[in-house]
Order: sequence, then C-alpha cells, then structure tokens
Amino acid sequence: MELTGAEITVRCLADEGVDYLFGYPGGAVLHIYDELFKQDKVKHILVRHEQAAVHAADGYARACEKPGVVLVTSGPGVTNAVTGIATAYMDSIPMVIVSGQVPTHAIGQDAFQEVDAVGVTRPCVKHNFLVKDVRDLAATIKKAFFIATTGRPGPVLVDIPKDVTTARCEYAYPASVSMRSYNPVLKGHTGQIRKALALLMEAKRPMIYTGGGVVLGNASAELQQFVRALGYPCTNTLMGLGAYPATDPQFMGMLGMHGTYEANMAMQHCDVLLAVGARFDDRVIGNPKHFFQEERKIIHVDVDPSSISKRVRVDVPIVGDVKEVLAEMTRQLSALSQKPDAAALKAWWTQIELWRARDCLKYDRTSAIIKPQMVVEKLYEVTGGDAYVTSDVGQHQMWAAQFYKFDKPRRWINSGGLGTMGFGLPAALGAWLAHPDSTVACVTGEASIQMCIQELSTCKQYRAPIKIVNLNNRYMGMVRQWQEFFHGNRYAESYMDALPDFVKLAESYGHVGIRVDKPADVEGALKEAFSRKNDLVFLDFVTDQTENVFPMVPGGKGLSEMILV
Amino acid sequence: MRHIISLLLENEAGALSRVAGLFSARGYNIESLTVAPTEDATLSRMTIVTTGSDDVIEQITKQLNKLVDVVKVVDLSEGEHIERELMLVKVRASGKDREEMKRMADIFRGRIIDVTDKSYTIELTGTCQKLDAFLDALEEGSVLETVRTGASGIGRGERILRL
Repeated sequence: MELTGAEITVRCLADEGVDYLFGYPGGAVLHIYDELFKQDKVKHILVRHEQAAVHAADGYARACEKPGVVLVTSGPGVTNAVTGIATAYMDSIPMVIVSGQVPTHAIGQDAFQEVDAVGVTRPCVKHNFLVKDVRDLAATIKKAFFIATTGRPGPVLVDIPKDVTTARCEYAYPASVSMRSYNPVLKGHTGQIRKALALLMEAKRPMIYTGGGVVLGNASAELQQFVRALGYPCTNTLMGLGAYPATDPQFMGMLGMHGTYEANMAMQHCDVLLAVGARFDDRVIGNPKHFFQEERKIIHVDVDPSSISKRVRVDVPIVGDVKEVLAEMTRQLSALSQKPDAAALKAWWTQIELWRARDCLKYDRTSAIIKPQMVVEKLYEVTGGDAYVTSDVGQHQMWAAQFYKFDKPRRWINSGGLGTMGFGLPAALGAWLAHPDSTVACVTGEASIQMCIQELSTCKQYRAPIKIVNLNNRYMGMVRQWQEFFHGNRYAESYMDALPDFVKLAESYGHVGIRVDKPADVEGALKEAFSRKNDLVFLDFVTDQTENVFPMVPGGKGLSEMILV
Repeated sequence: MRHIISLLLENEAGALSRVAGLFSARGYNIESLTVAPTEDATLSRMTIVTTGSDDVIEQITKQLNKLVDVVKVVDLSEGEHIERELMLVKVRASGKDREEMKRMADIFRGRIIDVTDKSYTIELTGTCQKLDAFLDALEEGSVLETVRTGASGIGRGERILRL
C-alpha cells in the first residue's frame, strides 16, 4: 500500500523503536503532526522552544542508551534548534533531528520560513540529508539512525520538504543498512593492544585517564575491571564522570581546569598514560607545551581516529570501540605472566596520597552564608548518590562535578564541550522521561536557568517531578570569577540584576517553590523537596556571592600551575 | 610542506561543500581544489593541493576520512605520482610580438586554440611550476587573461585509487 511521506516518517520512527519525539509544530511539518495525531506508538513531547526540544532529546539520550529524536519546523524551527544540535555534536550524543523544509519547488526562492537547514547545520552535525524524493525517505531515515548511533555517535539531521510529506510511495523500512563510505573501525588492533600492555607493565608512575567515550560506549564495567586488575590510579574528565566509581579508592577525582590537585599532578607527572575515550582538550590538559615538559608515553584508545594525535602526539594509538578494546586488554592482561612493578607502584601511590592530603576541595564549613559546595554535598546525601543530575554551565556545574560523587555512568548529564547555558532544565525533562521512576535533579544557577526557564511549562504539562537546585549567587558566577582573577575585579555585566522571585515564578507555572537562605535549612529543604514525589520543586538557595571554584588552572597555563584555596 | 591529496567521494549534492567547509572550519589551507565525476557516475574524484606540517596533513586526511560522503582518501605526495594542470591564457599578439608569442607557445608545448587580429588564446598543460614558468617567460603586460584548473593528480605505476 502506498503511504504519504508524512505517514512514512512517523512509521519509520515507530519501526525504529522511538518512544519519545521532542518537538514543536509549524507550517512545514503540519502533515507529519497530523500523522502523529492519528497514532499512539510515538509519544510527542511539546516543548516551549526548539532549543529545549533538542536539549531534552539530548538529556534523554545521555540518560539511557537510545538516540534522542527531535521534530522541528523549517526556518526558525531549525535555527532555534542549532544551539541544541551543536551541544549534542560537541559531546558526541546520538540524535536524529527531523526538520521540515519549504516545498521543493520553493527551495531557493527565499520562501516564508525558508532556511538552508543542511547548510546551517553542516558544521555541527555528524551528517545531514535533504530528502527530495519520497522514495528515498525511509532509507534516509534508516541511514540517519545508523550514522547517529554507530562509531563516534553524533546528531544527524534529515530535512524533509513539505511536498515530500504529501507525495506517496510504497513503504518498507529497511532492516539494515550498509554504506560504502561509512564503516567505523570497532575492533582494536591486537598488536597495538599488546604494545600498550607492555608499556603499562613497565610503568613506574602510571595513570589512566578516561572521558565521555567510556560512558557513551557503555564500557564502564570493562574499565573498572581493567583498572582494578592493574591497581593503577584513574581519573575521569567532566564528560566521563561516573564511568569509574567516584567512591573507589583508585579514583583520583576529575582532572582539568577545575580538577583535583592530585589528578592534575598525577596526570602531569606520570610516565605512562592510558587515555580512553577522551580527547586531551584544552580544558583537560591546559597548555599542551607545558604538558610536554614532562616525558611520558601515551596510549590512546578511541573510536574516532581523528581524535588521536590531534592535540598531543601519541605513542600507541588504538582505534576501536572502547568497550571491545578494554575487554581485550583485560583478557591479554590476565594471560600475562609479568605483573606491574609493585615497589614503584607503592611509591607512586605514596606520592599521590601526599597530593591528596592537600585537600584541594576544602571550603569554609562554618560559614553563616550558604556555601554552594555544601548544597551539592547535601544533595548527594539526601539523594543517596543515586540521582540523575543535570546541570547548566558555570560555577554550579563545576561544584556539582566536584562534590556529587557519581558511582554510575549516565548519572551526570551536562554540556561539557559546547558549554551551553540553558541545557540543564530541558535535559532533566529528557532524563526523567528515560527513567520516570528515578530521582532527577537539575543543579543550576540563576543566570543559566533563565535561558530555558520557559520549560517549566513543559514540565507542568507532563508532570515531570524534577528538583531544581538553584545556586543563586546573583552573579554569572564563572564570569565573575574570571573577572576577579584576570580583569582586576571589574565585574562587567556579570551581575544578574532584576532577578525574578523564583518561588513565585515556580508557583505561577503550578510548581512548588522553596527559598532557602540559611545553611541550617539546606538539608531540611532538600529532604522536603525530594519527599514530594509528584511535584516539581524549585529550590532557590541564596548562596555566597564571592565563592570561587578551586582548584583552577588558568587558561593557557599548565596542569600543575593550579590556583588553590 | 605542499601535499596533493586525492579523494573519492559520493557524487551527491553538498559533498563538495562538506569538504570545503571542513577546510575553512578547521583553518586548513587550500591552494587548489578540482572535482569531477569518475567513470563510475556515483563517485566524484577530487584533488586538493594543500600545505601544512606532517601533523596538520595527518589531521586533514583523518578529518576527510571522517566525512560520511568521503569514500577513500590518499595523500599522493607520499609516493611517486604525476600531477597536471590545465591553463588557458589569452595574450596580446600583434605586430612583431605575434611570431614571438607563437614561438613561446611552441617551446612550452602549448597550443593556440583561438586567434584574433590582436590576440592568441593558448592552452597549456603541465605541472603548476611549468605553467608558472610560462607566465614568467612572457613579456610583462602581454597577458590579458588567465584561467587555471588547479592540479589533478594520479599515482604512478600500479598505484591505483578506486573502490
């Protein structure tokens, strides 16, 4: 039987197993919405801004192991979505975005709500398609899901002109797809793995550094097995938190610009470094020239060959799926008769414990003003360390990363690469839809939360019982911190004047709002909020305006050149 | 260092802009870029002349390989190869210069493909250096117009870039 392009689009999503579609209707996608209305397999979540649709799909994808799926209209629908798409691209999140386009005969005519969606999104998608013939539609959507979810994942956009949604053809969803131009390498080279193990066995000061790739590759169990078998120290990047349990004694904390003293010192001074699913970015190793002042051998495992030797030269590159490579490394390791150098390792751990004793995350626990770090610590206690925690971008994001001890992957959801303010609330909605029986908290600040505050309405519509932890210091805190350190205390435009009353704002959307301004009330307020299982609670914590995030590696400096408390 | 990179890519709308966009987004140099379909109409063959350190060239080939439309990438400069560029030059050719201009075209094995009272249009093929040398050899002011294709390249001997 022949179906219309709109019917085919919706059937493809259903056949692909899509349960939630995040979107916003408009002229070019009206036929698709009409088909959505007639079925109940794919549930549509109506956001209040297309950026939030993409962030919500993104949060959903990060929280479970499925791609996020988005539907937006042409023109402003697409351009509003771009920030979300770029966010997903930078963090390699699997996602398929279906966008409407003006009819094929109108393309290039500067038609109403026309934008070159493929052109506008090209630099921030893994791939994109413009479907000009309804007969290509099903195969293209299949390809989009295939590309988005395999290799190094990423967002893929499928742009569908309105006349293609009304054109008809026979429908068959392809069971599989193969592309001659796209074949990610998944199996690591055995010889390279052998070389890597030989280096690791000879290490005197080994270090294991892992990133978002281990989370995305579902390789947390394999990583733990390998790290425990070696007894070596392990650090995670901001994107990789949870891949190795934060409460494990071999865990060094996060590394990088706001990483722990011990993680950064060990990273700088190790003699053999194993990097897995990480990309040595500027926020992680600081200045590469400084990083290379110390001699070390580097082994780098990544599914994306272009991540290897991009910022730092690597001695043993291993291209492959991190899960498979780590499992193979553990297999080869258990077959080896050689064991790590116990004496050297003992000395190395002694050194690490000395660095750890520096207690780099200490803060004033007796303060009469609420310290933001304390709020995150209490959040960790009250949620039993088992919440899905999303964040926005800035100081609160760093405190959440430093003080919430993530023991499981996919629990920490934040915009690491692009650093998108406004990400936290819609991402929390997506995470909650992925795990409706779990606790979901959004750690945010009064500046970030206002960038997608309209989603309080979406949360009301779907009764999402998210807990918003607003660390309200009346400043764009991270901007203020840089201005204090590097711009002579000139706080140019970083003060958030004319803030709304967040309690009343939450209430006006039909949620619960609680304002907390005394340290003694923090725990009680959190407990009350999390006991309200069916309510979204907006917790507005009035925190210390002058608190800074430490340690800090200033931009352009080396990892061991930290500013400490 | 100068490198000449050859690629096979899907002959689809937008494939060229993905390559060009990659070079501008990542700040790589393009000296020249040529592209046309191959004997297999679903594939295009592109030749890019670029410059960069070994690290940069390694990243360029990796990033090109990462593009979904790109099927194969090879750095021709890594081995023996042949490169050719086509140039059309319109030159002044009147009075006593007319004979001289014909001689110059002959010396460089160019062909005169269009003639007027006052001008010749010369077709010349060769490496970029040869085309440069021809232009340098002409008297100043005698060139009215030039158009060059950019280099195309192919591996020597058994070295073949195909699926």
